[in-house]
Amino acid sequence: MSLRVSELRVYYRTLKGDVKALDDVSFTMRDGEILGLAGESGCGKTTLGKSLIRLDGRMRHVGGTVELDGRELPIGDDRRMNAFRFHEVSLIPQYSMSAMNPTRKIGKMVGELLRSRGVALDRAELESRLELVELPRTVLDNYPIELSGGMKQRMVMVISTLLNPSLLIADEVTSALDVSTQKAVAKALIGFRDAGFVKSMIFVTHDLALTSHIADTVMVMYAGKLAEKAPSAAMVTAPRHPYTRLLINSLPEVGVRHADKKLSGIAGSPPSLLDPPAGCRFRARCPVAGDECAQEPPVAEVEPGHFVACWKA
Amino acid sequence: MMLQLDNVTKVYKVGAFGGRTFAAVDGVSFDVRSGEVVSLIGESGSGKSTIGKMILGLTPVTAGSITVDGAPVKAAKEYYRHVQGVFQDPFSCYNPVFKADRVFQLIKESYYPQVSAAEWDGRVRSAIEDVRLDPGQVLGRYPHQLSGGQLQRLLIARALLLDIKLLVADEITSMLDASTRIDVLNLLAELKERGLGVLYVTHDLSLGNYLAERTVVLRNGAVVEMGLTDKVFGDPLHPYTRKLLAAVPRLNAPWEDAAPTDACRYHAGGASGALFEAEAGHFVACARLDGCPP
Ligand SMILES: Nc1ncnc2c1ncn2[C@@H]1O[C@H](COP(=O)(O)OP(=O)(O)O)[C@@H](O)[C@H]1O
Ligand SMILES: Nc1ncnc2c1ncn2[C@@H]1O[C@H](COP(=O)(O)OP(=O)(O)O)[C@@H](O)[C@H]1O
Ligand code: SF4
Ligand SMILES: [Mg+2]
Ligand SMILES: [Mg+2]
Repeated sequence: MSLRVSELRVYYRTLKGDVKALDDVSFTMRDGEILGLAGESGCGKTTLGKSLIRLDGRMRHVGGTVELDGRELPIGDDRRMNAFRFHEVSLIPQYSMSAMNPTRKIGKMVGELLRSRGVALDRAELESRLELVELPRTVLDNYPIELSGGMKQRMVMVISTLLNPSLLIADEVTSALDVSTQKAVAKALIGFRDAGFVKSMIFVTHDLALTSHIADTVMVMYAGKLAEKAPSAAMVTAPRHPYTRLLINSLPEVGVRHADKKLSGIAGSPPSLLDPPAGCRFRARCPVAGDECAQEPPVAEVEPGHFVACWKA
Repeated sequence: MMLQLDNVTKVYKVGAFGGRTFAAVDGVSFDVRSGEVVSLIGESGSGKSTIGKMILGLTPVTAGSITVDGAPVKAAKEYYRHVQGVFQDPFSCYNPVFKADRVFQLIKESYYPQVSAAEWDGRVRSAIEDVRLDPGQVLGRYPHQLSGGQLQRLLIARALLLDIKLLVADEITSMLDASTRIDVLNLLAELKERGLGVLYVTHDLSLGNYLAERTVVLRNGAVVEMGLTDKVFGDPLHPYTRKLLAAVPRLNAPWEDAAPTDACRYHAGGASGALFEAEAGHFVACARLDGCPP
């Protein structure tokens, strides 16, 4: 088992109270697994990713544990987490493309970063990885601004995985890219896993179709909780949670025309996480909700490896 | 209404002293009719927004002409009564220190000063309902209290308060969640049914395909293929269109490998050659893969 997250609760402290962005989430990941993390914006995807590596100032570890390769991650302890960051867990943050230092040549930046982690630069290894993602060596002499979006994104990937972390979290890394660039970046991510540069990977995206091609398993979150987790194929062909079903039905596949088949969105919007409703958090929008849904549905394993949090699944 | 682009070119001056030039849009011609959605598809940098801005009179054309009902684009009040644009980032259209509904008040002040406050309020409410929002939930709120989808729909409602005939929608769904996105797309489809012409600019092929009667595929500022959406997506002729389509991830089908892009005298150099009509209503700037046009 690569990753075991148990009953994890991470809240944001705000003046109005705690935002319960991650509220009792449990799941595991196998060695070599790519887990796709999907769900509407605000459901807690970025919070989950950050929780595994660095809590920002307002985040508070309220409960639960995270175990990586059998060792507990001290996620609430910023200093002790330092030993794990980059070496064991690495994150490609949302919008990381624009976060690269614009005044440093890329090669120099990589050297400085490694030095700050007490590691020497293995130039040959770096170049072979650039080759794997089809970047010319000369990018090391470029400034970030000289690279296209897709090139920058692949560069960030190479940098974040130089120390072969056990777990890589890629947060919306393809979301701002054109389809063909998106595909190249996605294939590169799979290549990194196959080459063993990272043992396992959490691929965060709001694009279910894309996730289903990259991930072995897909986890859908809703309002800070796990709604459904299943092998990718099962998630797209036989989703069990009403939310997942509606989400998939709202996707216009190539070939679907408004004139022939009118798709519809999900009425309503997710609840506030400051004061989330009791019971099932999807209840107010759920077309099949019943009385039992006033109680919170437990996560049940309905098929091997297929988990659903719904009374009616 | 008819929007007509004729051989439109836009050359930007680039470089430190504007010493070099760069054709962001290169000889583009197409039209949009009333009651029709035309999608303008292309990767980032292909010139889509530049075309949108020229239609909206936000930047001048370098050569060629753009007309609406035969009259040239004019950056003036009367033109904007009929032609409006909505853009990708709805937040940038609102001033965060004012309530979001101020955008409606501004329309009243410049176009309808004679309308009474009570009547205007009624019009605003009905426009908000037209975009499937509940006036009670969105009026009187600040931009940060509303979601991206709500702000985007309010901007469409603002356009509806004018007597618009043409709406330029530039990447308006790319920041929205799947479920909200489909609501906004359905809304554009309703506008079309009401007789508006809509130019739907997107890099997302499946969204363009869902909505549009006709599709224009842009690459490096030039049209490589255009025509009825069924034909352009059902039987793409240009290798570039094929490549784009193959890259789109689909739910239930394997990710195709990019179609071979056999060399052709038109697409080899990047820009494309003149369009020719390969079959009725289907234009391509490059031959079928088995041979170039004579
Ligand atoms: N710094 C913050 N302070 C307060 N609330 C926050 C903060 N960051 C995120 N949130 C809230 O936490 C929830 C989850 O956010 P996030 O993890 O960013 O979602 P996602 O990545 O799925 O879009 C949202 O309701 C969001 O508004
Ligand atoms: N004001 C400008 N000055 C110089 N170049 C510009 C300007 N606006 C856009 N461009 C360039 O024109 C090309 C087309 O841009 P744009 O129309 O925004 O494309 P798209 O909307 O398809 O992404 C890009 O290469 C862009 O960098
Ligand atoms: S538990 Fe009830 S409300 Fe929640 S998704 Fe299932 S049926 Fe709907
Ligand atoms: Mg996020
Ligand atoms: Mg644009």
